[in-house]
Amino acid sequence: MRRRGLAALLPILWLAIFFAFPFLLVARLSLSDSALAMPPYTPQIDWGQGLAGLSAFLAALDGETYARLAQDRLYLDAWLSSLRIAGTAAALLLLVGYPIAYGMARCPSRVRQVLVMAVILPFWTSFLIRIYAWIAILKPAGLLNAALGAVGLPRIDILNTEAAVLLGLVYAYLPFMVLPLYAVLDRQDDSLIEAAEDLGCTSMQAFWRVTFPLSLPGAAAGALLCFIPMAGEFVIPDLLGGSETLMLGRVIWTEFFANRDWPAASAVAIVLLATLVIPILLWERQQAKVLR
Amino acid sequence: MSGRPNIGGIRSAFAPWEDPAKAPLVQYEAVSKAFGDTPAVRDVSLSIYEGEFFALLGPSGCGKTTLMRLLAGFEQPDAGRVLLGGRDIAGDPPHRRPVHMMFQSYALFPHLSVAQNIAFGLKRQGAARAEIDARVEEMLALVRLEGLGRRRPDQLSGGQRQRVALARALAPRPRILLLDEPMAALDKKLREETRFELMSLQQSLGMTFLIVTHDQDEAMVVADRIAVMREGAIVQVGRPAEVYEAPADRYVAGFIGDVNLFEGRVAASGDGRVRLLSPEGAFEAEGAGPVGETAWIAVRPEKVAVHTEAPAGGVNVLEGAILDYGYLGDWTTYLVEVAPGGRTLRAARANATRTVERPLGCGDRVWLSFAPSSAVVLTR
Repeated sequence: MRRRGLAALLPILWLAIFFAFPFLLVARLSLSDSALAMPPYTPQIDWGQGLAGLSAFLAALDGETYARLAQDRLYLDAWLSSLRIAGTAAALLLLVGYPIAYGMARCPSRVRQVLVMAVILPFWTSFLIRIYAWIAILKPAGLLNAALGAVGLPRIDILNTEAAVLLGLVYAYLPFMVLPLYAVLDRQDDSLIEAAEDLGCTSMQAFWRVTFPLSLPGAAAGALLCFIPMAGEFVIPDLLGGSETLMLGRVIWTEFFANRDWPAASAVAIVLLATLVIPILLWERQQAKVLR
Repeated sequence: MSGRPNIGGIRSAFAPWEDPAKAPLVQYEAVSKAFGDTPAVRDVSLSIYEGEFFALLGPSGCGKTTLMRLLAGFEQPDAGRVLLGGRDIAGDPPHRRPVHMMFQSYALFPHLSVAQNIAFGLKRQGAARAEIDARVEEMLALVRLEGLGRRRPDQLSGGQRQRVALARALAPRPRILLLDEPMAALDKKLREETRFELMSLQQSLGMTFLIVTHDQDEAMVVADRIAVMREGAIVQVGRPAEVYEAPADRYVAGFIGDVNLFEGRVAASGDGRVRLLSPEGAFEAEGAGPVGETAWIAVRPEKVAVHTEAPAGGVNVLEGAILDYGYLGDWTTYLVEVAPGGRTLRAARANATRTVERPLGCGDRVWLSFAPSSAVVLTR
């Protein structure tokens, strides 16, 4: 029992130092008074007054910044747009990732190991370089248009559009969709398919009636794993999306670095967490309970 | 078979394989199948008749499961034909064959309820809703799972899951039901109960069952006929009693039950008797053998009598000492060393009474004997 307590201490400490404490800092910042300045933001805790100082500090915190967020359409638009882009990308990822994962799970086991490596391989190169590479491909005089021109097809200019952002998201997050799907499909007992075929299913029917419904938990896991970070994604919309693509990640960046409004940036971050991540995690827990 | 003595007991007059006018339901004709360079089934010809409970028996890797899967359609023969009701079904995919299989792992669909699992095959047949519901209820009652139709497979015990798998395969009324090691996952007591349930089920339904098993007891209890397989080939086909009492060769004799074998040269053969000269002595058994050639006399432990005094006269007597014994409750098995430093024989005695005046123990001097009619001569 004591040993188990010790073993649990390490992750708890880790979470406390690197998650809970920074989170509290951000939450506190979001409730501070907005000021176009560097920290410290008011109110401050006057430790010299002891507990009275703490309660004075707590009383001075207010939701003024949140009220401002609600009044400005920009934030709501960014929130909706993040939701839409991440949702579309997750749907595209399912469409692209499912056949890949299914094909991998159907391969002989030696080929399978190679394919899993191939899916993970892009992580060995810098994420930024890979996204920059897409600029080189998509730009007006880039590789894509050179290739299209060579075969006599009309050129397409999608750099700095939402299409480029979706392309970048699907490309970057594909492994996070493929791996959970593959794990579920690979674990599936082949005799289930045989049983379905034995009982009168064509291989297509066996797929839709057995393989697919049984792979849904993997699809949900993959979709969530991608959706949550995609909704807050900054680098991809910033590099590929141009100025017209509005996403919360960029709004936070702008508030922090351009407007220097740390309370506003913190408030947007908290809103993102409260309105996307927490509901999704709660929903997932509920699903897990239903499945069990 | 008419000239042979009545072997074992005969359960019923059911013996379509002896009727030349009867057409078999399933025929394997010179079927061979290999996986890569490994042959799984070699030149197997076999007929299974309507209403029969047929067992494919052999150790793991002997090709029995492949033989079954050839009939289900999961494998295609490299050579030979598989016929169902006289028609070659080679090109038919599994879903078009009126043959259903109960899988060793049961392969129940975990996302469907018990009732939905049982209805699965019926729905594919396009049966009407009311008909499906009625059939599912009928099947649930048949396997004694009334009221559990809405459960999920993971909410059932192992024995219940096995019965769902059985009901699911039976529901669409297959022409032949295939059972792949159906009781391998059950504990011993449940397995023994299930054997009798399976038998009575098969008899009451009058359906044809083909079971694959490595468990000789299971095959002996449930089957009308057993095909003993070895390395992809069929060694012997017969009623359980025939396979046990008149094994085709030493492999069958050793695979099914325990056996004592004496190797020797045939000294005389005639009048249904063989006399064999072996290092352990001269023995007589029923059968015929080529004079001067090597042959074996096989005798089952329970047919070897254990005496505490030398039996007067008679043939097939060996003197020895008890090396070890195992008390099994219903039986006691003795290991007897018949010549100093020589070989050991097995003898089994039914414990017909609770107490014995002087129980036999290790080191006791005993005489073993067996009747020539209790032993068989094997030439392979």
